[in-house]
This record gives sequence, C-alpha cells and structure tokens, in this order.
Amino acid sequence: MNKVLAIIKKDIVTELRTKELFSSMLLFALLIIVVFNFAFGFSVEILNLAAPAMLWIAFIFAGILGLSRSFALEKEGNAIMGMLLTPTDRSLIYAGKMISNTIFVFIVGVITVLMFILFFNYDFVSTLIPMIPIVLLGSIGFVSVGTLFSAMAINTRLREVLLPILLFPIIIPVIVSAVKLSGEVLDGNTIFDASASLKLLIAFDIIFVTACAVTFEYIIDES
Amino acid sequence: MTNSSTNSDFDILAEELKKTYGNFDALRGVSLKIKRGEFFTLFGPNGAGKTTLIKLLATLTAPTSGSLRVFDYDAKSEVQSIRTIIGVISHDTYLYENLTAFENIKFFAELYGLLNIDNRVSTVIEQVGLKSRMHDLVRTFSRGMKQRLTVARAIVHEPKILLLDEPYTGLDLNGAQIFGEMLSDLKSQSRTILMTTHNIDEGLGLSDRVGILVKGKIVFDSPASDINPSNFKDLYISNVEGS
Repeated sequence: MNKVLAIIKKDIVTELRTKELFSSMLLFALLIIVVFNFAFGFSVEILNLAAPAMLWIAFIFAGILGLSRSFALEKEGNAIMGMLLTPTDRSLIYAGKMISNTIFVFIVGVITVLMFILFFNYDFVSTLIPMIPIVLLGSIGFVSVGTLFSAMAINTRLREVLLPILLFPIIIPVIVSAVKLSGEVLDGNTIFDASASLKLLIAFDIIFVTACAVTFEYIIDES
Repeated sequence: MTNSSTNSDFDILAEELKKTYGNFDALRGVSLKIKRGEFFTLFGPNGAGKTTLIKLLATLTAPTSGSLRVFDYDAKSEVQSIRTIIGVISHDTYLYENLTAFENIKFFAELYGLLNIDNRVSTVIEQVGLKSRMHDLVRTFSRGMKQRLTVARAIVHEPKILLLDEPYTGLDLNGAQIFGEMLSDLKSQSRTILMTTHNIDEGLGLSDRVGILVKGKIVFDSPASDINPSNFKDLYISNVEGS
C-alpha cells in the first residue's frame, strides 16, 4: 500500500508543479461546453434531449487528453524503467497510476458539471450532489481501461490517435450508463430511477479494474 | 578465474542466453560468469546486444532460451528477489525532471520498501556530491549532475550488483572524470559490477576482466591484467571485423 501511495503522491506533486494534465483537461472541457452552449443554448427541447450526452462528450474528450499525457510523462528520462527495476508488483504500479489518474479526471469532471450547471441554468444543489457519484463511477470505469491503454500506446508512434481508437469501443457501456444516469438527474429524478444503468456501471468498474490490474504486467513488461 | 571456483562464487551465471525480437537475434547464445566483487566490462559496437543483455540481467525482459542466475536467484522464478539486489545505471536517467533530487530518490527508496528513508536518501545524495542541490528540481541540473543523481538512485537500496549500460554517454570531460571516480568508489565497496560500453579508454581503467560482444555473442573474454591497453584497440577492431 505504501508503494501505491508513493506513486499517487509523486503524480500529484508533479501535477501541482506542472499543471500540465489539469489545465489542458479543464480548458478543453470548458471549450466544449461553451461551444455546446452557443449551439444548443437557445433551444430548451434540444437541450433537454442532448444535455447528458453533451456533458459526457466534454468529460470523455477532456479525460483522453489527460490519460495520453499520463504515461508520456513517465517516458521523459525513461523514468518508467526506474519504477520497473524496483521490486514493485506491476499491479501496484497500475493501482497507483490508475488512482492518481482517477483523482485528476474526477476533479475535472466535477468542475465540468459545475460549468455545465452554470451555462445551462440547472439547479445547483439538486443537480451537483447526485451527479458526484455518477462522475466518480464514470471516472473509475473510464480511467481503469484508459490507464491500461495509455501504457500500451506509449511506445507507439501514433499514441495520441491510438488511445481513443482503442479506448472508445471498450468504454461504450460506461458512456451509455453514465449518460442515462445523468439524464435522470437532469430531469429531476434520482439515480436509482435508472438502477439497471447504475448496476451496469458498478459491474463494469469492478470487472475492468480487476482485469486491467491483472493484465497490466503483460502490457508494461517486455516479453 | 581459477578452476576451483564453484557456481556459488559467481554473482552472475548465464548459460547460452538467447533473445530474439521477431526475426532478429539480439543475443545468440551468451555464456557469462562474473565472480563476486568483480568489475567486468563488456565492449561492443552499436547493435551488438549490450543493452539487451543488461535488460535480461535486470529482469526487464525474459530470455527466449538459456538459463540465468543472478546472485544465485533464478531469473525466471525469483524475479522480485533479483530486483532487490541489483542497481542499474544507464545513459537514460530514469529520473523525474519535475521532482527535486530528494523527492526522486525518496520515491525510488519507497518503491524498494526501505526503512528510515529520509536519512538514507540524504546520505546517498551527499555521497554523490549533490547535498547543496538536494531540494532543487532535477530539470535544473546539468547532464553530469543528473548522472550523479542516477548513481544515487541506483545505490539507494545498497545493491550487491550494479549493471551499467553506456553510463558515460553525454558526459563532458569533467563529468566523465567525476563519474569515473564514483565508479572507483563503488568498486572499492566490493560490489559486483558489469559495465557495457563502446568506449575503450573509459572501460579499461577500472576493469578486472573484459569481454567483447559482437552480433549477440561474446567473442573475447580475458582478465584485464593480461591485456596491453595500447594494443587493445587493435584487438577490439579485429574481433569486431572478424565476426
């Protein structure tokens, strides 16, 4: 557990110093929401239909930016090799990277929701609080697979392109469930009104966190 | 090396190591025995397989065939044990540019599971002569300073075996001299050291034994005391061209 905490602390200290992941993700999410605001802001009917999808498009695309930088930073000075030389189980390295990525993506997700509420005039308290567990579960599902693919894509020439191509098809259940749950909240219902989506999202998170932790060793080590 | 040596006298014991990437044979049957406390330098041209051999010994990749024991641990089944007793210095620093020297070494010390970390990190940074820059970001360091910090990273867990992969790359004359003095210190601490390089002048000085690796095979192996430094360049070139 100390090793996982060391990796998380290292990533957070680095991010606080460089603000590379956070600023790029946040700015990108803000820009997408501003564009959607101009495109749909005056039509209440379209807004009601498209709002949950808009929110998750902003969230996922901003998250991709962060994930592709996450392992790119490890390649500078080939620091990832220093980590692999230590007697640290590869699943612990995965856990550390995954948790730190989840923290960044989750914070950006919450700020994105805040901006979304502001731009599209939703009720602050009744929207933000129920959205937090959805953003958290969505972040875990998205980042669990994203961290694995980010490590996989790091040694390829087309990593910026390869990551979304690999990631999007796999995370469709996360996106669909999160959009459905967000739609319920934005309509004034609770997340338990879409319990099937909630269960799917939780199941996806458990399965993919476990599967990715187990397979990470084969991705990160040379055969 | 005497004939009475048993396998337990050797820290590195490789037999017929082969490594293949697709259709390319990076190593074509390397057999190597390095005694405890010995400084072995392996020379070879670019593409000879030096880095591949270091990666195998460092357990960063697995051999395609052959057997490898490091400090009497089997490289296939006792990988984590091997990682606790080796340190690797490469031409890459393996350091984080946006962390300070102290934060970098502390991070790796935590991954090695060391106790009393802060004291150990301070000691090892002082040992490589960077005490005054301990709390500066690594990105502000010169190449020579980064390489000294790389030594601190590699020895923070007091490894018994050091693997050096072209460690002089990118160092200026002064940096190379300081680094050479540090290697001399490390050698005096009875560590087993394997260094790969293509630079003959830097490699010969500290070595107890030298070898030449060409096209994935060791084609020459001799005690350093039997070698005349002035003739070694010709010997090296004839081995490289003849293979």
